[in-house]
Amino acid sequence: MVWFHHAPAVCSGVFGRSVGKGWPAMNATGQISASGWEHFHHDADIGVCGRGRSVVEAFEQAALGLTRIVTDSPIAADSQVEVECRQNDLELLFVDWLDAIIYEMATRKMLFGCFAIHMEGLALRGSLWGEPVDVARHAPACEPKGATLTELEVARDDNGLWSARCVIDV
Amino acid sequence: MNPANFTELNPVTWRIEPTGAMRVPAIIFADEQLITEMDDKVGQQACNVATLPGIVSASIAMPDAHWGYGFPIGGVAAFDPAEGGVVSAGGVGFDISCGVRTMLTGLSVEDILPRQEAVAESLFRQIPAGVGSRGKITLDDAEIDAMLTGGARWAVEHGWGEERDLECIEEGGRMEGARPDFVSDRAKDRQRREMGTLGSGNHYLEVQAVVEIFDEEAAAAYGLRLDGVVVTIHCGSRGLGHQIGSEFLKEMANAAPAAGIILPDRELACAPIKSELGERYLGAMRAGINCALANREILGHYSRQVFGDYFPEATFELLFDVSHNTCKLESHVVAGVRRELFVHRKGATRSLGAGHPVVPQAFRTVGQPVLIGGSMGTSSYVLAGESTSEEKAFSSACHGAGRAMSRHAALKLWGGRQIVDDLAAQGILVCSPSSRGVADEAPGAYKDVEAVVLAAERAGLARRVARMRPIICIKG
Repeated sequence: MVWFHHAPAVCSGVFGRSVGKGWPAMNATGQISASGWEHFHHDADIGVCGRGRSVVEAFEQAALGLTRIVTDSPIAADSQVEVECRQNDLELLFVDWLDAIIYEMATRKMLFGCFAIHMEGLALRGSLWGEPVDVARHAPACEPKGATLTELEVARDDNGLWSARCVIDV
Repeated sequence: MNPANFTELNPVTWRIEPTGAMRVPAIIFADEQLITEMDDKVGQQACNVATLPGIVSASIAMPDAHWGYGFPIGGVAAFDPAEGGVVSAGGVGFDISCGVRTMLTGLSVEDILPRQEAVAESLFRQIPAGVGSRGKITLDDAEIDAMLTGGARWAVEHGWGEERDLECIEEGGRMEGARPDFVSDRAKDRQRREMGTLGSGNHYLEVQAVVEIFDEEAAAAYGLRLDGVVVTIHCGSRGLGHQIGSEFLKEMANAAPAAGIILPDRELACAPIKSELGERYLGAMRAGINCALANREILGHYSRQVFGDYFPEATFELLFDVSHNTCKLESHVVAGVRRELFVHRKGATRSLGAGHPVVPQAFRTVGQPVLIGGSMGTSSYVLAGESTSEEKAFSSACHGAGRAMSRHAALKLWGGRQIVDDLAAQGILVCSPSSRGVADEAPGAYKDVEAVVLAAERAGLARRVARMRPIICIKG
């Protein structure tokens, strides 16, 4: 198996501490025409959906949506963290990917704003770029506990656009 | 949901007849208004739970039920291991043993008000809350395992709490059958620096004033009096419980087909109780319960210290500590036969009536305290368990107001600053590191807690003892 390390594929638009000024606030959606993320309705928790031209892009966009559950503020890409996931099917792999990010957020007390994935079959290696939580600057709203199997779906539509979605317990 | 779709057994009890793969009916306890306001998903999820192997009597939803994952939040279901019964990680929830504790300060409102701001600031400083906050305790591997086995007793042994607290905590403060060796290293890593932290979302610490007494005898037994001040904490097993839930949910989803379990939706992922996976989850989940019991004991200790600084005369006795995300092996009489059942309560509180041997002696004549959290701007309640709840709901009652509106919708309607100012004008001081977090938890985003507890009372699940209103609210 060959793994590639490459530059972050999906970012909140923030690289380095000088960025942020002029960056548009993303409250509930970061959609662009072919790829992006959005939050969807759930009574107690929050649904997150990523879309893209590939599974990888949809997963990366969903990761951004996960971060935007916590904060609307810019996130500096100061540190890089690697994660690996392996599952028996694509949907559980998506849940595992989000859980891996949540684990790194919780144990490192960090927020991540840039994501890059490489996939080989049902094995995933992801790179996360971010910075330690700054309560004053990030004003984190809530803490994701884990990705659930509720509303879980990874699918491709008739236009070839991929989406990956599930509810996050917060 | 449309009440016309259900059979009305009485004005607060509705039945969904078994159809398709449902093995038992679904029962929803709610008045017509509450059931009308419930998302259709509540009924769907209650029906899905009714399809699981070994379920006994009914799949039950409480008056505060709302759309959860797998089980509705506010869901109760009992399973018989002798009939192929299952245990479900989603039926317990990610925040294993999330619960509420209420402590009696012995103070009156008039004692607190002159120092309200100072006490609020001190509590906010002393209670680590919100994303990025750090606990004051770091545990090595041996201490984590000791905590996961010892629960609140472990906390007391380390000086974070009082021996006398333990009799007022479910399970005496320590859940038997915990297996730290079934808890992953990642789950333990997530908890290493999180003991004594409040968390975020709907978790809180409130200083509350008793504003109404409904049952004088029970209130006296509980130590509640008008204008008395109590401290209530709502939180759970923090990162450790979340990680256990995440890991077992995926493992159960993968393993269900091989176990011959047909799931209407993978979110109901479960395993036979009598299986290696089921037993491993139960051992890990019980360790998660001990983590939550220890965490709330430590937070109670911090609160006691803050109050001791300002009010040396404060007595600060624990009224009770209840969990509302659990699966416990309990003995229940079903159709005249006593059975040993695994009762899942996902967003539901155990509600044992007067005379039940598990109720602490001090409350045995009136029933177990059932602690119902409100929201920042609305009342909380102390209820007393009713014996009739055993037959109706495996000795269970509601757990809170329950969300009526998503966080997304709440953010569109309210701003955090506005809520803090409005509540301050009502005499409620809110301290939180996150304005958006406060807006997420806007009081208007919750159901009418009064209607919820009234429905629980009318249904014979628990009766009202006292109502409290917040004076100070610490939010994560």
